[in-house]
Amino acid sequence: MTTQRAGLSDLLRLDPAAETERIKAWIRETVFHQLRRRGAVIGVSGGIDSSVVALLCAQALGTDHILLLFMPEADSSLDSLRLGRVIADTLNAKSVMEDISPILRGARCYERRDDSIRLVVPEYGHGYRSKIVLPGLLDASHYAIFSIVVQSPDGQMKKVRLTPEAYLGIVAATNFKQRARKMMEYYHADLLQYAVAGTPNLLEYDQGFFVKNGDGAADFKPIAHLYKSQVYQLAAYLGVPEEILRRPPTTDTYTLEQSQEEFYFTLPYEQMDACLYGKDHGMSATDLADACGMTKNLVERAYQMIEAKRKVAKYLHAQSMTIA
Amino acid sequence: MLRIIRKFVIENYLFGEEGKLGDEDSFMETGIIDSTGILELVRFLESTYGIKVGDEELIPDNLDSVNKIVSFIHTKQLVSIHADGGTSLQSAGKPRL
Repeated sequence: MTTQRAGLSDLLRLDPAAETERIKAWIRETVFHQLRRRGAVIGVSGGIDSSVVALLCAQALGTDHILLLFMPEADSSLDSLRLGRVIADTLNAKSVMEDISPILRGARCYERRDDSIRLVVPEYGHGYRSKIVLPGLLDASHYAIFSIVVQSPDGQMKKVRLTPEAYLGIVAATNFKQRARKMMEYYHADLLQYAVAGTPNLLEYDQGFFVKNGDGAADFKPIAHLYKSQVYQLAAYLGVPEEILRRPPTTDTYTLEQSQEEFYFTLPYEQMDACLYGKDHGMSATDLADACGMTKNLVERAYQMIEAKRKVAKYLHAQSMTIA
Repeated sequence: MLRIIRKFVIENYLFGEEGKLGDEDSFMETGIIDSTGILELVRFLESTYGIKVGDEELIPDNLDSVNKIVSFIHTKQLVSIHADGGTSLQSAGKPRL
């Protein structure tokens, strides 16, 4: 089993120097020649993916040809802005801070979200915090049904299953955040004749972990072919600061801290990487389970979940339909 | 009951195209219903049959096909009748729709 485990991690291991050169060449060709834009706008969140994209774009296009955008809003973690600035300082790159809270208030994002939460938690109001969560894939064979976790001003926590109206209302309202950010990225891209960089990794891209016409929209996506663990390898090679490397992946969308695992993937990213790799390379659940130390049952459920999320992602990836 | 549940699933998830749904067909394997759809289905069952579906009951064994739902509702109703006042399971007769 030890040999097989080593084999699996070998399969996800890349040559970071070679991969960096390959991506840089692709970014240059794509931005300057195919898109014919003068540089790239990158929205940086202080997370690993946007940090890697910022470093790759800086090396590929030159620091003078990138603009980093920080786009906090009322619910953002202060760490996101601080770590985003760390990247800008590391690169000595141009950066702009755009607080999108007024846009979101204008769209009644927070009000609509809170109205939807009150459908299932009537007392929800000022001073409350919340996040929506999925059960982990380890929770037997239960459906992945969203619940809302609410913290009252005095610290009491409560978890309530969402109704369809509440769930859809919360998601529709919070999606304003990703769409407002993308609108701001294109404002600056238009101003500078730059292209907008997208920052999804393969897990996010494949599994539809993005908002259509929000963070899913971009002119180019230079790490959408890399598993999350490969993004970490590249990050270490590129010299992404340790604090960003250590930061757990977060959505930074809800008022309570929320991991990507509890919101979407239901498994830690290392296991998701393994399952996505195994499924796409025709590995049986038994073989993958042996190779990565998971149970066969868990791998089977992960395979089912990957397929189910791909069906949802099909709509998210679809361009506008037209009559041929 | 089976007819009512079939109608709900066909109208809400198959856009009225009845021919695509067998009573044993797995919703998960055929991709008919996603997790939001399960929330809608549960609310429909609760309001139509006067039952309460607990979090621990949200499993494919109970809800993954028309036949499984019918069986699940029958069981819930029998348990409810039994708990409500001494009517034995044998004398409960056919569960109400």
